[in-house]
Amino acid sequence: MVQHKSALLGHQKDARFSFEVERYRKDFPILSQRVYGKPLVYLDNAATTQKPRQVIEAIDAYYRTENANIHRGVFYLSERATKHYEEVREKVRDFIHAASSKEIIFVRGATEGINVVSQSYGRTFLKPGDEIIISHMEHHSNIVPWQILCNQIGARLRVAPINDEGELVVGDYAKLFNSKTKFAALSHVSNALGTVNPVKQLIQMAHEAHVPVLLDGAQAAPHLAIDVQDLDCDFYVFSAHKMYGPTGVGVLYGKQAWLEKMPPYHGGGDMISSVTFEKTTYNVLPYKFEAGTPDIAGVIGLGAAVDYLHAIGMNAIQAYEQHLLMFATQTVSKIKGLKIIGTAQAKACVLSFVLDGLHPHDIGTVLDREGVAIRAGHHCAMPIMERFKVPATARASFAFYNTTEEVLVLERALHRALEILK
Amino acid sequence: MTDLRDLYQELILDHSKKPCNFRVLEKTSHTAEGYNPLCGDRYTVYLNIEGGVISDISFQGAGCAISKASASMMTSSVKGKTIDEANMLFEEFHRMICGNPGSRVNEAALGKLVVFSGVCEFPIRVKCASLAWHTMKAGMEKSKEPVSTE
Ligand SMILES: Cc1ncc(COP(=O)(O)O)c(C=O)c1O
Repeated sequence: MVQHKSALLGHQKDARFSFEVERYRKDFPILSQRVYGKPLVYLDNAATTQKPRQVIEAIDAYYRTENANIHRGVFYLSERATKHYEEVREKVRDFIHAASSKEIIFVRGATEGINVVSQSYGRTFLKPGDEIIISHMEHHSNIVPWQILCNQIGARLRVAPINDEGELVVGDYAKLFNSKTKFAALSHVSNALGTVNPVKQLIQMAHEAHVPVLLDGAQAAPHLAIDVQDLDCDFYVFSAHKMYGPTGVGVLYGKQAWLEKMPPYHGGGDMISSVTFEKTTYNVLPYKFEAGTPDIAGVIGLGAAVDYLHAIGMNAIQAYEQHLLMFATQTVSKIKGLKIIGTAQAKACVLSFVLDGLHPHDIGTVLDREGVAIRAGHHCAMPIMERFKVPATARASFAFYNTTEEVLVLERALHRALEILK
Repeated sequence: MTDLRDLYQELILDHSKKPCNFRVLEKTSHTAEGYNPLCGDRYTVYLNIEGGVISDISFQGAGCAISKASASMMTSSVKGKTIDEANMLFEEFHRMICGNPGSRVNEAALGKLVVFSGVCEFPIRVKCASLAWHTMKAGMEKSKEPVSTE
């Protein structure tokens, strides 16, 4: 288990000096790999993060020693697996500071979480003519489910604009609210720009208009300490795989009062308390929303990821990553012709950029051969590309296991791209 | 290790920076749009097909160096060819970029297009190199019906 001085002291300012990045790197087996003979520099963390041995081992141990179906067996193993699974629910509750573990629903990921809310909440509480507010910086997974809902029920999608820095303008956001507004969905942190939205303020504003808010926390969970009660969001979703946990599992948080009123999204086993052909009574929260055998191993892996992050401390992580972001921003800004897309005041560790005349896909290929993994494309946020009038961007997204040395490798690789492609 | 220069050869970079036939055709019989959602590359290919022959061809759009150079060189090499000849050339081209590194390519048929032989070492880029060709093929397919009813 990781223990760390700055995590214990909680000194944000000092964290970057004492942050034991080399020690944490050793927890991630994949990072010691070489690609094309070069050390791997993994900078696609916004797409998915690497997994520490603690997570890999927890999943392995589950399959080796605990595997049984949960909530059904009367025998030792099933009891143990069930207990372990439910302990993770409590860990996740603590991780996002929810009031009750009944409000923690395990889903496949952020995408599924948003679909559960858009379908279960949306089809129950919204009517033709109602309006849903999203923003220009949403990931496709926080656009398309709302479009589908709008088409199903005849509601209207309103899109909050962003400025040239890639920030939501609070005044413009406020203007979208009217008596028809019935829901708002917003990213906590943008995956393509890195912008951290002033969500607490925006939620307060929405609540004054009696509008519930869903936050897409897919990019926030790995970088920020989250307190859903302090934010007062109605729903919060995130994916385990972007926060050092396994793929295939994520979390939907919902205020209990809403979840009680919402119908199930999937029907099946586990989500019922009794079934006859005439009538089915649904199970209590959170099981009402967890039909079928879940990704038990995935949930256990998520629990290990939460433990891992907890041991380092989100404040220490945030302070170190901010230091890294500042260093990376300064370093790549020196490259002639490089333009950063997304220059918000409040940013997470994401650097999207275009490089004079070079297509991001070509940059990506050259960097790849230097061992540097970045993302090139529209990052599932095509409206953002349109907003900044670029067909695509190159994106380097960092995690707490990245180092300033790796930023310098990125810089050198970008110079190499210029040399080869110019 | 494959050298990046195998992929980004001088001729490819030249074509990507100064593409040939990069315009809208005044007289077109068929057009088609091609899109690669992975990287956002998007092209329109304009064809003027007369009596089964590509009498003129051009393209517009945006994308990476590989896709743009490929579109440029494609237009130069199929102009004046029959639809069947253009299809055969695409087959040769496709075989080359999807082939095993080091396997023989039909240099006689491909001519300057052999400059794309390095693509086979970069499987992720096969789609970039073939995007314009698939688009042209789609345009030619549209022409089949009127041609066959003549
Ligand atoms: C901001 C944001 N929201 C939602 C998602 C969707 O997450 P998932 O694919 O894990 O469901 C992503 C993933 O890229 C994201 O970055």
